[in-house]
Amino acid sequence: MKWIDYATPHSVREAVDVLSEAGGRARVMAGGTDLLVALRAGVYDIDLVVDGKNIPELNEITYDPTNGLTLGAAVACYKIYGNQAVATAYPGLIDAASLIGGTQIQGRASLGGNLCNATPSADSIPPMIALNGTANIAGPNGNRQVAIEDFCTGVRQNALGSDEILVSLHFPAPVANSGANYIRFIPRNEMDIAVAGAGVSVVLDNGDIKEARVSLASVAPTPLFVQEAGDAIAGKPANDETVRIASGIARDAARPITDMRGTIEFRQHLCEVLTRRALNTAIERAKENN
Amino acid sequence: MPGKTYVQTNINGEHVDFLCEPRQSLLECLRDVIGLTGTKEGCNDGNCGACTVEMDGRIVTSCLVLGVEVEGKEITTIEGIADGSTLHPIQQSFLENAALQCGICTPGFIVASKSLLDQNPDPTEHEIRFWLANNLCRCTGYDKIIRAVQDAAVKMQEA
Repeated sequence: MKWIDYATPHSVREAVDVLSEAGGRARVMAGGTDLLVALRAGVYDIDLVVDGKNIPELNEITYDPTNGLTLGAAVACYKIYGNQAVATAYPGLIDAASLIGGTQIQGRASLGGNLCNATPSADSIPPMIALNGTANIAGPNGNRQVAIEDFCTGVRQNALGSDEILVSLHFPAPVANSGANYIRFIPRNEMDIAVAGAGVSVVLDNGDIKEARVSLASVAPTPLFVQEAGDAIAGKPANDETVRIASGIARDAARPITDMRGTIEFRQHLCEVLTRRALNTAIERAKENN
Repeated sequence: MPGKTYVQTNINGEHVDFLCEPRQSLLECLRDVIGLTGTKEGCNDGNCGACTVEMDGRIVTSCLVLGVEVEGKEITTIEGIADGSTLHPIQQSFLENAALQCGICTPGFIVASKSLLDQNPDPTEHEIRFWLANNLCRCTGYDKIIRAVQDAAVKMQEA
């Protein structure tokens, strides 16, 4: 790895000052499980790593059934699925947090880091989009919010300015009769990069779909929010035919490439199958959550 | 050019201080600066688990931790597993069950297995395989490792 300097700010304000001074030659580190690999590979040309793990707001989990969940950007995966209240309220988030990497990676990796890394295959981003998540960002001119579906702007590119830091992720409180799920296809049982993935959420109303959100991994330059798939089934009965409609739209929305992990045709097929299965699981979870 | 950083930490129950460059991983610091060479380097990108250590009660791959990050932390490496010259039951089990061949993955497997049995003294085979999915072994085919962990779990519960 080339020479870097290392800063450990203890407040968001201090982090923003450090980032501003660095003039784009710095990156924030949460778990480091992607950043350190990328630095060794020469992906980023930077001089400074800013450790976010000493900033209180980046390391807190706050949940209550009225205001929802605020998840510090550097909270490690194991702390998320180890939090019983969060695990019960957001099973769709836990699906992703418990399958990113193995035990050791989950000891460090964070959903905030996964989001900022902004790879198309990031497992946590589709469920965060499906759960209507918002990114809380701090910069020299104060705070702003960005919907998670608008956060990734290209492969490894995100909406953060060079002097901004992702502080936390916010998810609205789950309403009654809602459910979510994330699943992916990988050729192995564990520890692999998604060939495709589907994160979905539904809200039911007397056996009908009231609202649905569908998002896909690994089939476009960014995680893909397929708004039309959810919109098309709102108001329809929660049955196989409705699920088929949304799954078909998801398949048609996918814009995958052929690479060593899979072909365009295979990935399009996966989008249909994964969206169907994820919606079925989310509907089952919604029925149990009343 | 940045200089070296002074880091104070606790490794295997003992206070340790060392100097490192900010770009050096904990793995490099353990092996090349502190001289604890029991922790092995395999892939150096977090896939193989050979460099697994415990940090503040949770296993991590030390190749993906910067040395400067461990200020004030508590680290356990493979050197901290045995009690003097008495092997830990997991180490004894790995020997008795022939759960190693070339041995380079073994320190990582033992540190990870100990962390599992510390929190879950009676894991199922599935739980063991799931927990150890971040540790790769190219020799044994894993079955002997899983049996060694199961055997150690029984012995540790009887003790």
